[in-house]
Amino acid sequence: MNYLPDFPRLLPYLPDLMAGLMTTVWLTALTTTLGILGAVMCVWQRHRAPTSLFSRLLGMLVELLRNTPFIVQLFFIFFGLPALGLSLSAEMAAVIAMTLNLAAYSSEILRAGVDATGRGQWEAGRALGLTRWQSYRHVVLMPALERMYPALTSQCVIVMLGSAVVSQISVADLTFAANFIQSRTFLSFESYVVTAGMYLLLAIAMRALLNRIGRRLFGFRHLTPAPRRRLSSHVLKEAHS
Amino acid sequence: MSLLAEVSALDSASSDAAVSEKAAVTESAPVSDSALDTESAKAPLVSLSALTKSFGDLPVLKGIDLEVRPGEVVSIIGRSGSGKSTLLRCINQLEQHDGGAIHVAGKLLDGSEMDAAALAQDVGMVFQSFNLFPHKRVGENVMLAPMLVKGVARDVAEREAREMLAKVGLGEKFDAWPSQLSGGQQQRVAIARALAMHPKVLLCDEITSALDPELVGDVLKVLEQLKREGMTLILVTHEMNFARDVGDRVIFMHQGRVHESGDPATLFANPATEELRQFLGAVL
Ligand SMILES: Nc1ncnc2c1ncn2[C@@H]1O[C@H](COP(=O)(O)OP(=O)(O)OP(=O)(O)O)[C@@H](O)[C@H]1O
Ligand SMILES: [Mg+2]
Repeated sequence: MNYLPDFPRLLPYLPDLMAGLMTTVWLTALTTTLGILGAVMCVWQRHRAPTSLFSRLLGMLVELLRNTPFIVQLFFIFFGLPALGLSLSAEMAAVIAMTLNLAAYSSEILRAGVDATGRGQWEAGRALGLTRWQSYRHVVLMPALERMYPALTSQCVIVMLGSAVVSQISVADLTFAANFIQSRTFLSFESYVVTAGMYLLLAIAMRALLNRIGRRLFGFRHLTPAPRRRLSSHVLKEAHS
Repeated sequence: MSLLAEVSALDSASSDAAVSEKAAVTESAPVSDSALDTESAKAPLVSLSALTKSFGDLPVLKGIDLEVRPGEVVSIIGRSGSGKSTLLRCINQLEQHDGGAIHVAGKLLDGSEMDAAALAQDVGMVFQSFNLFPHKRVGENVMLAPMLVKGVARDVAEREAREMLAKVGLGEKFDAWPSQLSGGQQQRVAIARALAMHPKVLLCDEITSALDPELVGDVLKVLEQLKREGMTLILVTHEMNFARDVGDRVIFMHQGRVHESGDPATLFANPATEELRQFLGAVL
């Protein structure tokens, strides 16, 4: 029980950790972008033609992805698909699995946001001559994303943390680096403390970045109160004094 | 308010446009065009015949005949549930009618080959609940449809949007967010947004009902100005004074039919039917 941590011995492996970190970062950046785009299109298809065969298949795929373990999805894509003649590199398999997983979860989140959009917004678009797609793209989508932004942000962070699993198919991400260093040095405690710390910082940075993006995209929500209201409270104060 | 100044500025602008238009006409196709113009000025802009519409088992419109001529201001009044909104919504095909015929600007609207983009350039609509796009600034709200639907270039759309906003007395609100405006201002933006498509007729469904009483006047003033400019208006309204003073004709709807219609002064003074008398007794 008198274990003395020896962090300096990890120093030579810093480049491995940084390389792993970079892999995790680009995997996350790529798959959150693709995943959200996928969700936007999936919600559109299911809104446009809810009863079509394609929409129903999409719905089933979403349920499948939301109700099976991510690691099984990843293994299926990497180890299972070659049986069907589709061999993918580990990185490619990781990108596909993470994208599909995020798209499935975030499409359900976004769909709730779109469903919560008042009929009046669609009708205003229609009355102005917009096509349904134009109404979705230019009228409904942004407020729906805004409404659901906290949930979407969390889902993106969850996918980033969940990406640790791709080390299992030998994608050289941060966890892969940690495993490698641990097996070389047997410094399990140090390796995983440092790695956990790096994930934590990454998650914090990611949330900060997404919040910034949110403030930019959804500036319309963070407004000074309407002038009329300010006036009346001012008048009220004067009346009191 | 500088509405008066804006009106006169606008008047001179539109007469300029009229002059140049005339010049263009005389250059290209002189006689036949102007003959056509006077012809179409007489024809009804909106014409409904035997229009029917049901929601499931519930018949809501039971055979409506109505003709609205260019420049006319028609007020539709009637009890809640009598089908006023449904009638308006059929005219711009937010609802598909079941039977009868709707002609707008000479074109027959039959759900099948209806082109929303083309219809929106004939028929504009303003809603009770404004329905501004909350994530777009006031100016962008007005510019969106001309750019997307008509393919108008951004700078042209912006110039027009500023013009339309000035017309409704909100020239300085171009960069504001809708949520920063009062209800009356939001509704006037909604009118500007509809006008930016240059519709031939504007449908207004109780557009002052959601407003504080002191804001109603500003919106009605805009409607009056539109009438002076020759815009065709079909209004569902509870503003009986407005219907009487500004409207050319009043339609009283009752249980899905046009129960009574006519010149506002006569209709309000001497309702012919018991139903209208009761209705007026309740609202006046
Ligand atoms: N989308 C719909 N589905 C089913 N029923 C509807 C629908 N829209 C309207 N109705 C019904 O049709 C009837 C007429 O409605 P409408 O909105 O046209 O009345 P209105 O005259 O505009 O009334 P109000 O003054 O309350 O606005 C009502 O009984 C209403 O419940
Ligand atoms: Mg109504």
